[in-house]
Amino acid sequence: MTLKVSTLLSACAVAALSTAATAETITIATVNNGDMIRMQGLTADFTEKTGHEVEWVTLEENVLRQRVTQDIATKGGQFDIMTIGMYETPIWGKQDWLVSLDDLPADYDVDDILPAMRGGLSVDGTLYAAPFYGESSMIMYRTDLMEKAGLEMPDAPTWEFVADAARKMTDKDNEIYGICLRGKAGWGENMAFLTATSNAFGARWFDEDWKAQFDSDAWNETLNFYIGLMNDAGPPGASTNGFNENLSLFQQGKCGMWIDATVAASFVTNPDDSTVADKVGFALAPDTGKGKRGNWLWAWALAIPAGTQKVDAAKEFINWATSKDYLALVAENEGWASVPPGTRTSLYENPDYAAVPFAKMTLESILSADPTNPTVDPVPYIGVQFVAIPEFAGIASQVGQEFSAALAGQQTAEEALEKAQALVTEEMEAAGY
Amino acid sequence: MARAITTQRKIINTTAAWTIGLLIFFPILWTILTSFKTEAQAISDPPVFLAFDWTLENYGVVLERSNYGRFLWNSIIIAGGSTILGILIAVPAAWSMAFVPSKRTKDILLWMLSTKMLPAVGVLYPIYLLFIKLGILDTRTGLVIVIMLMNLPIIVWMLYTYFKEIPGEILEAARMDGATLKEEVLHILTPMAIPGIASTLLLNFILAWNEAFWTLNLTAAKAAPLTAFIASYSSPEGLFYAKLSAASTMAIAPILVLGWFSQKQLVSGLTFGAVK
Repeated sequence: MTLKVSTLLSACAVAALSTAATAETITIATVNNGDMIRMQGLTADFTEKTGHEVEWVTLEENVLRQRVTQDIATKGGQFDIMTIGMYETPIWGKQDWLVSLDDLPADYDVDDILPAMRGGLSVDGTLYAAPFYGESSMIMYRTDLMEKAGLEMPDAPTWEFVADAARKMTDKDNEIYGICLRGKAGWGENMAFLTATSNAFGARWFDEDWKAQFDSDAWNETLNFYIGLMNDAGPPGASTNGFNENLSLFQQGKCGMWIDATVAASFVTNPDDSTVADKVGFALAPDTGKGKRGNWLWAWALAIPAGTQKVDAAKEFINWATSKDYLALVAENEGWASVPPGTRTSLYENPDYAAVPFAKMTLESILSADPTNPTVDPVPYIGVQFVAIPEFAGIASQVGQEFSAALAGQQTAEEALEKAQALVTEEMEAAGY
Repeated sequence: MARAITTQRKIINTTAAWTIGLLIFFPILWTILTSFKTEAQAISDPPVFLAFDWTLENYGVVLERSNYGRFLWNSIIIAGGSTILGILIAVPAAWSMAFVPSKRTKDILLWMLSTKMLPAVGVLYPIYLLFIKLGILDTRTGLVIVIMLMNLPIIVWMLYTYFKEIPGEILEAARMDGATLKEEVLHILTPMAIPGIASTLLLNFILAWNEAFWTLNLTAAKAAPLTAFIASYSSPEGLFYAKLSAASTMAIAPILVLGWFSQKQLVSGLTFGAVK
């Protein structure tokens, strides 16, 4: 017995020593947003629990994409963890550029991750990135302006209702614009919004044989509807407006409605920054009665590049940062409204979190997005507001420029669609589809 | 009458100079002012110029969130190191081209300058892979080398122009008095070219300090300078303009002060030989 105890103690001592000896410094590439910055502030908790130190490299989103792609493709080994999105994960996972996260400990409770998020971050059932926060898109609207227009926003409106309400809310003399939507060119800017919106109109990027579909009636209807609505009820210079520009307009009380990322809800309801914080309502992104809504699905997730030498420490960090305990830690330090949303079912079952004004609509928006079956007709790709193929970012950026030019009045919607059809067809053929 | 015209012209010239100067400086002034606003004031429409509640909160947040000292130190080492190394290489190169020109000197000068015509991104991947092979990715040494190489054509050209203004007869006289090549360069040429070398040094330091392509692409956590510090406050999803402005102000402050104190040398060096 004595021998057994002493053996056990020795084993414990060795284990303790080996833990201390294997304490690592891991480098994490991330983006600058509220949730990520909050995580950086709480890193001491991770270091205290594991002994590992963390070095953060915070980059602008587009720079981050370029840097992590560059690093992973050249096996540069600069980062042990990368913050990547739903677009990159399936592409990189398929190429074996990422370490599988299927062996996270049981108490991590991987089944608690929202199915839409888990599905979007997996390849053939293998999880390659753990969601840190998830988002969809929804309508944020001014309750006072809606009331003034004599309308009541339903929880699940149609595009017809939204367009009618936008036109009624518009008062250009007083710089009130019924609707603010993305117009700035970019695959993550206007094309994220328009691709998601086109789903509601029954449009799709490609048919099942990977043939471009911009010559379809559904795309024509989508683009003409968008441009017509923005001309009647949108702010001036909308073709240069992205998320931040619209956020600024909404916070200053110049937008009746804004359809964009659910993460914006915490900004527009924050009285420190928003002049309309107490007059904001939420609704699902609109549909056209065809069975699909124009809301997207996105997650910022943590992944481990295959080239890192510190896989174990990186997994420990991911286990900490995307766990239920982390959500509780944020709630304890900064309140439930600051908890990273959209990742775990248990968060939405928590009565404390249910009291957050935008929690219910965020969850419903996330649950109603289906990346594997995004639009009315069948498609050969995954992704609601993107097509998860490596060529998409480049192609969609070019299409985005054509659509932005059409919104700016430099060409008609038909001309923009014709150019889009031609360039997408050419690029896809060149890529071997 | 002549005096009246002169005074009038002087007033017009002065006003025009101030107007242009203020127009050029306005974005920097606006950034500095924004850094003292709240995030809500930073995006207010119409914008507020001076009548806002001045706050140092953004500076506090930036200092708490980032290790400013480390970024600053990296900037000093990278900008200083690449400048000194560049000058050490460029002085003999410019000397030989100015005083011992060959048939191909003009072609070499043009060829050197032509390397600046290629967009930097065109050689990003070869250099990135080279850095991995050499193990100098995310190191100050690597950045000193690459930024020195990027600025070297400009340094050589500037020094060449200054050296060409120095009469060759003076050097010839020194040689006749028995001066060696080393003595000629160190004791005759260098003292005469000091204003030119100083302005080249300053300009190159400023260029290296502000360099944002290589410093963002070849660094991660260890060697990142102030350009990376600014970039880390840019956010596509969230309005953090006041904090971004505070970070920008902190990044440009050292170089702004340096430029302010050395403006006389910079101007005299840059206009050297412009008027004959």
